[in-house]
Amino acid sequence: MQFQSHISIKDLNVYYGSQHALKNITLEIPDKNITAIIGPSGCGKTTLLKSLNRLLEPLDGVKVTGKVCVGGENIYDPKVEVTHVRKKMGLLSQKPQVLPMSIFDNVAFGPRIHGMKNKRKLSQTVEHYLQVASLWEEVKDRLHYPASRLSVGQQQRLCLARGLAVGPEIILGDEPTSALDPQSSQNVERRLIELKSEYTVVVVTHILRQAKRIADYIVFLYLGELVECGPAEEVLSNPKNQRTKAYLTGEIS
Amino acid sequence: MNKKKIEENIFKILMAFSTLTVIIILALIIGTIIWKGLPSLSLSMVTQVPKGGYYLGKEGGILNAIIGSLYLASGATLLAMLISLPIVIFLNMYTRKNSRIATFTRFSLDILWGVPSIVYGAFGFTLMIFIGLKASLLAGIMIVALLELPIMSRAMDEVIRMVPEELKEASYSLGATKLETALKVVVRQCLPGILTAILIAFGRGIGDAASVIFTAGFTDRIPTSLLQPAATLPLMIFFQLGTPFPEVQNRAYAASTILVILILIISLLSRILIKRYSRHKL
Repeated sequence: MQFQSHISIKDLNVYYGSQHALKNITLEIPDKNITAIIGPSGCGKTTLLKSLNRLLEPLDGVKVTGKVCVGGENIYDPKVEVTHVRKKMGLLSQKPQVLPMSIFDNVAFGPRIHGMKNKRKLSQTVEHYLQVASLWEEVKDRLHYPASRLSVGQQQRLCLARGLAVGPEIILGDEPTSALDPQSSQNVERRLIELKSEYTVVVVTHILRQAKRIADYIVFLYLGELVECGPAEEVLSNPKNQRTKAYLTGEIS
Repeated sequence: MNKKKIEENIFKILMAFSTLTVIIILALIIGTIIWKGLPSLSLSMVTQVPKGGYYLGKEGGILNAIIGSLYLASGATLLAMLISLPIVIFLNMYTRKNSRIATFTRFSLDILWGVPSIVYGAFGFTLMIFIGLKASLLAGIMIVALLELPIMSRAMDEVIRMVPEELKEASYSLGATKLETALKVVVRQCLPGILTAILIAFGRGIGDAASVIFTAGFTDRIPTSLLQPAATLPLMIFFQLGTPFPEVQNRAYAASTILVILILIISLLSRILIKRYSRHKL
């Protein structure tokens, strides 16, 4: 396959206590493309996504072995600062998680903790990323309102702007549209497609049609194993593996 | 009427009656102290210190106890807060869920919660002898802080535990450290609950007599340093009620009224604060 790899996963194993959640995953995630991770619930999609920015650590009894290299750097190397890894990735969760502060402060949160103090620079950053997330027009007159007053769809775009404001290379989405109405979902999908010219996007989805609409590359997981991966068209229309075929036709879910 | 409906109604009435008890008890308490205390309640009660012979005096006021109680409860609440916040942040952000240390700490706090305040007082007294501290505002503050600590920590713990893991993850994913997440996101999200916890502890602290009887002492003067003894409203009430003179006993009810009004003012203030600070809450 011809693409430049951005994230390279080698022999990744994740255990939750005695449960073996991800089994020997070896995978290349292409640069500046949308990769969709699909598979039935409980197959390890979210675990795989979270292992990319080391979010598995705060959870209990988790053991991770193997390597995840982002731009050549193994993020599980003990010498690597976890905040440095996470700064490289913006995360969209299933249910948008706005921080308990104003719209402005939500976007400014990341830049602030990474040392941006200049007020003008901060407000420029906030405006810029709200525009990228196509939220600026809707909120420009009420930047100091609590973010919690926004609609769920707006909240998810705010989370996008917030993630981008840290200056990541990668956008991770954990079923980012599952809590949204169809129109908001479409809006978020469009943003992701726009953003792939500058960012590598990895999205977990359980909606096959969404994968079809936005993904360039598909990863199919089943019971913690990587079953098949490849360019979206190939995997979706002409799967090589029986289990992929069964999943796509709805026989397993 | 069928059987289920009768059953439903009987239990509904019983429950409503139980609920009503709360309101009746509150009304009775307030009614009693006002009725008994009103004759003695005057401006001089809240502006003067006792006159006419130690706390049995029939003249002057109880300003010494009002100020003493406020100093003592504020100091103790501040001290308890300085210890409680780190505890709950540590338990919720730095230890694994249901880890041994977290479980054991919560269990210990629950036991401490149940320790009677006279035991704190006795413990405080021993401690004071050990370190050579006389009955003083400082000693009172320390012991009342200990009394407030489990109440405040557990109340804060309950609200901080409710913070969804995803919210913390959102902050982590922006490159925030645990400390930044704790102070800028978690505490902020829980501010109304934390304020409530502080208030509950304050209420407990200002109303407790047994823990201060040996530790803070009693005096007719308003303390001007941490090392001087301090009067407190609950002790004032206790002493005055114990006298054989009806006039002095009535002053105890006036003091009770003032104590209740103080607590009421603080509750109302905190309600307003909570409302202001919860505007960003999810």
